[in-house]
Amino acid sequence: MELLSDIAHSLYLTVYDVLPIVLIIFFFQLLVIRRRMANLQRVLVGFVYVLIGLSLFLLGLEKALFPLGRIMAEQLTSPDFILNGSEQVLRSLNWQDYYWVYIFAFAIGFSTTVAEPALIAVAIKANQVSAGTISVQGLRTAVALGVALGISLGSYRIISGIPLHYFIISGYLIVVIQTFFAPRMIVPLAYDSGGVTTSTVTVPLVTALGLGLAESVPGRNALIDGFGLIAFASLFPMITVMAYAQLAAFRAKH
Amino acid sequence: MNQAFFALLKSMGDSLRDLLPIILVISFFQLFVLQQPIPNFIDILLGTFFVVLGLTFFIYGLNMSLFPIGDSMAHAFARKGSVSWLLLFAFALGFGTTVAEPALIAVSKEAAAVAASAGMIEPSATARHSYATQLRYTVAVSVGLAIVIGVLRILRGWSIHYMIMGGYLLVVVMTGFAPEEIIGIAYDSGGVTTSTITVPLVTALGVGLASSIEGRSPLVDGFGLIAFASLTPIIFVMGFGMLV
Repeated sequence: MELLSDIAHSLYLTVYDVLPIVLIIFFFQLLVIRRRMANLQRVLVGFVYVLIGLSLFLLGLEKALFPLGRIMAEQLTSPDFILNGSEQVLRSLNWQDYYWVYIFAFAIGFSTTVAEPALIAVAIKANQVSAGTISVQGLRTAVALGVALGISLGSYRIISGIPLHYFIISGYLIVVIQTFFAPRMIVPLAYDSGGVTTSTVTVPLVTALGLGLAESVPGRNALIDGFGLIAFASLFPMITVMAYAQLAAFRAKH
Repeated sequence: MNQAFFALLKSMGDSLRDLLPIILVISFFQLFVLQQPIPNFIDILLGTFFVVLGLTFFIYGLNMSLFPIGDSMAHAFARKGSVSWLLLFAFALGFGTTVAEPALIAVSKEAAAVAASAGMIEPSATARHSYATQLRYTVAVSVGLAIVIGVLRILRGWSIHYMIMGGYLLVVVMTGFAPEEIIGIAYDSGGVTTSTITVPLVTALGVGLASSIEGRSPLVDGFGLIAFASLTPIIFVMGFGMLV
């Protein structure tokens, strides 16, 4: 019984979330375009599928993966775990001591991105539009690698305390340089992949990791240093997606 | 019927494969690194089943509804030939989908807490609330404008390279002047604005527009709307931090 009410609640939240979009589409469809949409019935059924799917997806994440992921992020960043309860308490922690955090950041960045529905959608569209040249799995792997690298580097930044903007500005510089050398057709898609990576699955877990780190590393302020991981996660996929295309182009030439 | 059932099974298999990495990562860290048993095992199994089922439905409905809606509206606007209505639609879509986004609401609340602790605003609840609301609307307007700029770019065939680079340059320059407390929030706000429903719609809109205008390539011109939507919030939030 409780399960049913959970499902209903999740469905309600999703519908509430989607309501503005539905209103806008209806308004323009009825008053401006004034043409019946083709296959209207099919589209409506599909929309209901999307709503049900998203609600179940979010409910499942909230029930299963998020609580564990959050606890894990807290435990891995706590000084007790890092010192392994040993005698080293007197020694101050170096950034290397957090190696499990980097590995976790990489793994969780990669795996959540692979499951991100928005990214799957963009990859499907890119595959259709490019007539199969861009493979769905290839694009998703490239993006996921980017997020994984980004989150690990972002964790290192929180631990080391180096200002965020040094990293972001250097990242921009790499993106700009790559833009000139990457195949022209990949550039807009690469820019887009930065934005789509961070939604339903990635943001909650990554935020928990950032806050956990900023709270437990001495000298960090959770409010200020906890931010920034999402920025890393949206910057690095641009670099890896362009690199993926560059590599493919290079291999085709040689 | 049988065929549809197999198609469903296959796509559930795909969803399971998509989720497998998360399950592996979490189990590995739980069992081997943290060395703790998995709590509420039944709950987790059930939750995972929901996630698989949900993803399957979502992807299935995506091809039936969100893609065709974006695509058909793009074609309808292109046929109608009214640029101003198209731009209005673009703004409404960007603004409307962002203003209610839960991730954004959460981030703007935290941003208000940061601003209060840094003494930028009064620490009272009313001041925090109004700061968070203003910030949320700032981001929503910036996403609306982003989609407008992105659609104009598709119509005119401008190259995305220089526009994004110009945006980055602006971000870099503004980083030098914006209050330090806001920088992290600003950078993050670019990532949180695009939701799971918005992305497929906006992508289909862009690709649909580019394919219905002669001389535009769907791949080169159609993508890029999301890129603008992740860039403008950074600029606007830093601007907001400098003004308030």
